[in-house]
Amino acid sequence: MNASTEVYRLIAFLVGLIAFAALNAAYLVWLERKVCGHIQRRIGPKEVGPYGLLQPIADGIKLMTKQVMLPPQVDPVLFRIAPALVLIPAVMSFVVIPFSENLVAREINVGLLMVFAFASVNVLGLLVGGWGSANKYAVISAARCVSQNVAYEIPMLITVITMVMITGTMNLNEIVMQQPDITRWYVFRFTASPLAPVAFIIFFICSLAETNRAPFDLGEAESELIAGFHTEYSGMGFGLFFMGEYANIVIGTSLATILFLGGWQSPVPFIPGGWWWFLAKVYFLIFCVMWIRWTYPRTTLWGLLNLSWKILIPISLLNLLLTGGMLKLMPLAGGAG
Amino acid sequence: MSELALSPNQETFVLNLGPQHPATHGVLRVKLVMDGEYIVSAEPVLGYIHRMHEKMGENRTWAQFMPNTGRLDYLGALSYNHGYVKAVERAAGIEVPERAEYIRVITVELNRIASHLLWFGAFVLDLGGFTPLLYAFDDREMILDLLESVTGARLTFCYFRFGGVYNDIDDDFVTGTREFIKRLRKRLPDYHNLVTKNIIMIKRLKDVGVISAEMCRKYGATGPVARGSGIDYDVRRSEPYSVYPEFDFDIPVYHEGDSMARYMVRMDEIEQSMRIVEQALDRLPDGPVKAEKVPKIIKPAPGDYYSVVEAARGTFGVRLVSDGTNTPYRLKLRSPTFSNLSLFGEAARGMLLADALALMGSLDLVIPEIDR
Repeated sequence: MNASTEVYRLIAFLVGLIAFAALNAAYLVWLERKVCGHIQRRIGPKEVGPYGLLQPIADGIKLMTKQVMLPPQVDPVLFRIAPALVLIPAVMSFVVIPFSENLVAREINVGLLMVFAFASVNVLGLLVGGWGSANKYAVISAARCVSQNVAYEIPMLITVITMVMITGTMNLNEIVMQQPDITRWYVFRFTASPLAPVAFIIFFICSLAETNRAPFDLGEAESELIAGFHTEYSGMGFGLFFMGEYANIVIGTSLATILFLGGWQSPVPFIPGGWWWFLAKVYFLIFCVMWIRWTYPRTTLWGLLNLSWKILIPISLLNLLLTGGMLKLMPLAGGAG
Repeated sequence: MSELALSPNQETFVLNLGPQHPATHGVLRVKLVMDGEYIVSAEPVLGYIHRMHEKMGENRTWAQFMPNTGRLDYLGALSYNHGYVKAVERAAGIEVPERAEYIRVITVELNRIASHLLWFGAFVLDLGGFTPLLYAFDDREMILDLLESVTGARLTFCYFRFGGVYNDIDDDFVTGTREFIKRLRKRLPDYHNLVTKNIIMIKRLKDVGVISAEMCRKYGATGPVARGSGIDYDVRRSEPYSVYPEFDFDIPVYHEGDSMARYMVRMDEIEQSMRIVEQALDRLPDGPVKAEKVPKIIKPAPGDYYSVVEAARGTFGVRLVSDGTNTPYRLKLRSPTFSNLSLFGEAARGMLLADALALMGSLDLVIPEIDR
């Protein structure tokens, strides 16, 4: 592979990933509206195109043609860069996600670390957006988002550390390689950690909280804070926050798939593994995320922090200890080690 | 926690909740002094949709005021119809036929169920759960269809007349109502499974927004708010009117005084209202639905008249002063939500913003009825 093909490859991936993120944002909104419609015994969008499939396009055009209002009291710099600060890290994280064995933009040995490094920038975007808006509701919401994200990053990272101890690598593709069939998915790997399914649930809950999804959507609690940190945003400013949110959901569920559900590996012997399995697992998890959103009411900030500090962090620490002990006593056969 | 919120050295800021805010259900404004997310003081600001209903009453005939009563509490309009016709009937000495009284009770109770269902949905929406709202609207839609078939309106009813009701009910209405009750009986357990037993709901409502019985008396709170605080007062039982004494029903009373208690009172009231409607349908007598010989122009004898009914949100009182002419000299409406809201300022002190909004939702506010 010479230098110029490498450049073309990267450009192709760049365009592909941005398109993937944008299309996901658009069509996950459609999916969300359909899912919530059916959960609520309604039909959901149906007018624009067959099954309302063109609705996201219409929404996108509407958002793009709307004027981006700059209210007089806002900090113009912070107000403008905040949506980008939310979206760009989310899109960047896609770079290391292995969609299949070969379909990965850049295989990096510290891919897992990179995803979490970028995920932490996301909260900065919310804070800057809320702060720059100079709106009391937005400031309260930004403060909530920060304390929530800090609280949930800890159990999430402890769980991830546990997984890294088991896998012995931070290369996402190698982690997937270690889970060739369903019995060796890390969610069922009891020989590595007796609490493996619990670790998966903790990771899933934390990714809900990290992406500000119900029942942890305190930052956007519309009955309390109107629209939270993006109250003052209109047009594509709001649209970017929205895309960032959905891109983050995709990243969170992708990581859950890679770490626990065998990534692109096939769970059944007669269908080969590939990107279709990866996407199927990711979209199943996304469906669960939506299902939860349309079933549960919202928690309060205190309840949320208590859940993290009093329940999730002790359990994930226990999991870490148990896993460490197990690895010491009986080194994994299948794991990298 | 309240000491923390009230300590003098804390920096506070003013947060205007409303007049346009998703949680105030209309044009209510609450001026909050906040310390972080804690409320230091709360002051409801009213009057954004004041329409001078009482003054309007002085300028039109007794009958012409009827449509106004349906525009006070647009979610439980029939109770307000009832309160007004009851006061005028008392003033003018008009007898109401029994069938008309039964029809009044049936429609008022159906309207109460519709109101409580909408409140249930809106309350859970305030807590961030969107789905129950649409389930509740689904049921409420059936009630509105039933009521539309007899009253001709879906929301701002003007169905009652002095000495009876405007229309007789037909067999379709009776069977439709029975079917609806059967359906709602089946669905209420689902609501309890989905919402009442949900751990997030319990955590958010239990021991949150406690209102003492004393505070209820101080501010004159009535209805489910008072009954959630252990005050066993319901006009239908305490000062029986219409044909309510003939029915067998319970007044749900909870003593905790928290948001959960108010929630449970309303959910239980839906069941009790269904019992009343069923009994009324079983015993529905034949006869006219309007008193004969009601004069076209009513001129009650000079005097001061007061009558109360139990509306979905509490005690609705109408005070009429007649000077013997064809218009009221003075018409005073006592609306329950006005009193129920007035305790919010005291009850919300020291609470978290999110909990205060749960408290506000549990008061079941209808702003046009507060502003009148």
